[in-house]
Amino acid sequence: MRTIRMKTAKRLAGSFLGILAATGLSVGIANADTELTVYTAFEADQLKEYQQAFNKAHPDITINWVRDSTGIVTAKLLAEKENPQADVVWGLAATSLMLLNDQGMLEPYAPKGVEKLSPKFRDSANPPSWVGQDAYAAGIAFNIYEAEAKKLPKPTSWGDLTKPVYKGSIVMPNPNSSGTGFLMVSSWLQLFGEEKGWAFMDALHENIGVYTHSGSKPAKMAGSGEFPIGFSFDYRIAAEKSKGAPLEVIFPSEGLGWELEAGALIKGTDKLEAAQTLLDWAASREANELYNQNFALVAMPGIAKPVENLPPPDKLEAMLIDNDFTWAAQNRDRILSEWQKRYGVKSEPKE
Amino acid sequence: MTQATIDATIARGAAQGVARRGGRGVKPKLGRDDWIMRSAMVLIAAFLVVALVLPLYTMLSKSVQDKAGEFIGLTNYAQYFGTPALFASIYNSLFVAVISTVVTISLAFFYAYALTRSCMPGRSLFRGIALIPILAPSLLPGISLVYLFGNQGMLKELLFGHSIYGPIGIVMASVFFTFPHALMILVTALSISDARLYEAATALRASRMRIFFTVTLPAAKYGLISAAFVVFTLVITDFGVPKVIGGQYDVLATDIYKQVIGQQNFEMGAVVSVVLLIPAVIAFIVDRIIQRRQVAQLSARAVPLEPKPSRRFDATMLAFCAVVGFLIVGILGVAMFASLITYWPYDLSLSFRNYRFDLMDGGGWESYWNSIEMASWAALIGTAVIFCGAYFVEKGRGFAAGRVLFQLLAILPLAVPGLVLGLAYIFFFNKPTNPFNFLYGTMAILVISTIVHFYTVSHLTAVTALKQMDPEFEAVSASLKAPFYKTFWRVTVPVCMPAILDISIYLFVNAMTTVSAVVFLYSADTTLASVAVLNMDDAGDIAPAAAMAMMIVYTSAAVRLVHALATRGLARRTQAWRRR
Repeated sequence: MRTIRMKTAKRLAGSFLGILAATGLSVGIANADTELTVYTAFEADQLKEYQQAFNKAHPDITINWVRDSTGIVTAKLLAEKENPQADVVWGLAATSLMLLNDQGMLEPYAPKGVEKLSPKFRDSANPPSWVGQDAYAAGIAFNIYEAEAKKLPKPTSWGDLTKPVYKGSIVMPNPNSSGTGFLMVSSWLQLFGEEKGWAFMDALHENIGVYTHSGSKPAKMAGSGEFPIGFSFDYRIAAEKSKGAPLEVIFPSEGLGWELEAGALIKGTDKLEAAQTLLDWAASREANELYNQNFALVAMPGIAKPVENLPPPDKLEAMLIDNDFTWAAQNRDRILSEWQKRYGVKSEPKE
Repeated sequence: MTQATIDATIARGAAQGVARRGGRGVKPKLGRDDWIMRSAMVLIAAFLVVALVLPLYTMLSKSVQDKAGEFIGLTNYAQYFGTPALFASIYNSLFVAVISTVVTISLAFFYAYALTRSCMPGRSLFRGIALIPILAPSLLPGISLVYLFGNQGMLKELLFGHSIYGPIGIVMASVFFTFPHALMILVTALSISDARLYEAATALRASRMRIFFTVTLPAAKYGLISAAFVVFTLVITDFGVPKVIGGQYDVLATDIYKQVIGQQNFEMGAVVSVVLLIPAVIAFIVDRIIQRRQVAQLSARAVPLEPKPSRRFDATMLAFCAVVGFLIVGILGVAMFASLITYWPYDLSLSFRNYRFDLMDGGGWESYWNSIEMASWAALIGTAVIFCGAYFVEKGRGFAAGRVLFQLLAILPLAVPGLVLGLAYIFFFNKPTNPFNFLYGTMAILVISTIVHFYTVSHLTAVTALKQMDPEFEAVSASLKAPFYKTFWRVTVPVCMPAILDISIYLFVNAMTTVSAVVFLYSADTTLASVAVLNMDDAGDIAPAAAMAMMIVYTSAAVRLVHALATRGLARRTQAWRRR
């Protein structure tokens, strides 16, 4: 997705494209509002609500979303390093933001009320380079109808899923494009160690039907039984179940990979004030309550209510692995290219 | 007037070659009109240079640069050809393209044969059904096939345990969306046959089979080759089908997308683009050569062939067309059905839940309205620009070199795959130093890329229509001292109205369904319906993706219908002179 470069557009549109603009080709006609270009990996069904709530408080700031899966948004931000198009990032994996911070692309800022947020959910520097909003964890969507029809036993651990009985029954997100995919791969390497981690994935690869672009798709495919087992994340599986999918949410016994979604200012934005307003609001209690409608774990402690079809926040938190985000951020490139080398090309059709 | 007319004119228009009316004896003095016409032509040519030639040049040069923009020769290419994984994509692309071409051409040939050489009932109905795929984005058959043959598919047993996610799915979906393109060329090829040859063959007591192999096939030879190349190019450059149903089966078109969107590796994307350009350019050149030869096939003394009724033959042909027609309607029907199911396959009650696009990826209903806006602009501006361009090049006097060059520019877009054009636009328009940089991320760039992408067919349609007009009109007007624009507006435009409407509908429908060029160019404000189909499928919302694809089909079909009615009405008013 490309964003309009409003300033240039406005300046040149007037003189250059007078005729086209007059006939209505929207080249970006000036208005009084501040338009913020916000890069995000929040889910599409969450964006509208967040935007409406924010605009209720700040009607003068218009949000132009650029939404895609985590890996895509990260790659896009890195590619635009010399000429950044985004003003703010809101709802992107903390691992990715740490990477951007290492590249000097973030403008540290302490949003109003940041001290009320759990320290685990923000950058330890002062002022922090990024501030978290919510956490999401890996989970398995298990289609009970199809499992029964195909006589698949219910898995309880990651290890179970390498058994030959699951051959071709599992779908998982590609970690190169999907943040959910990356947090899984990173958690396996941390849980089992490098060598055993890759060996686990080698065995798992034999059972994978397809790798998907997004982290949501496996939950949806499992929901419709297209593949009976989908690796996805807590909120998405719960939401599919609420929609009526015959799913069981399984949290494997070894522990769950997880990721923080966080926000940050992009260095060099010419809309600093509006961008700070957005981050202030993103750290507010109101915003945290809104995140809680989707995410079981949010940055502000003590306010989280249980999410439908998910265990209570404290129970879920206990299942999370001790995630080393710094390690994950520093090794992200290496892990992804190794993964691509091993599993990226499943070019020969499976006959 | 149908799509068939437009596509058929590719053959005719090109066959008539470039403008020939350059030197006509005495060299006339250049008047004011000539200067206006020439300047206008140069202006449109300049548009094509900026919107086609320069972006392509930028892309070619990007492929020999590193990320910092330094010239590094063929290093990127060496790296590309050094990766065995990417070689697999070339092989895969060729494999599915060849198989799809063979299947499509065989089916389309017999379908066209039935339409032109049999007396079976319902020929115009079958012709209409065969054109349905043109109204849909190429993603639609992919989605339908998931519902038909996916792991939860209605008919998955028919695949005998093979997976639809891969070459099987790609070939099936490709055959669906390329079928009408092949059919139209083959119908044209089979229509122009000389009845005298058949009479002679029959008089010599040749069997029906023998006539088929010694008369029919050789006569349709060029049409077959041309159709084969068109299908091959469409499949190898299409990106929607392998994206939706390719699974882990990588092809060149999805490689470009992965390199550019997935890894933001634009230089490598440029390299793959150049590789993808090669088969497209070869196909283009072969096609040009062949169409020039085909003209000689038909002499002035030829007698058109009138098929004679034959019960057994007609019944066989009817059965064949019924099966093919059923498959086409079936695939569309599955998408329509899928979009209305509440939760496939567990809650089969019907609802409009999947049409609530605002809760999905892809930009919601706004994408749909953006598409309508984009398609309308493309049709309006595109038709005006393309028709005027054709007029200046066709009716202008002198300046032969300039006119030949213009023809070349107008034909060139046919050889450029949409994906390559889109990527070239990123390189060219996203440079902050480019004076046209302000277009980047706007609706205007989507309109421009669409007009350029579909320029050639529209241009040839206009040229064909203009060639049918006697140059006497201009001569008479000029002698009456009427300025050319008056003649243009009062005579040329009304006379060519059917062609003008054909061009506008062609541009509109293609703007609604295209994914390839615009997928690189849309912004947060200008999301499009066809791209939304892709994004929703990526997010796993396959039923809403089917719903949006159906919205595109409904819209194209409705516009087509209005167009048919308008053409009929207009024909009565402006084309009365054609009747005797």
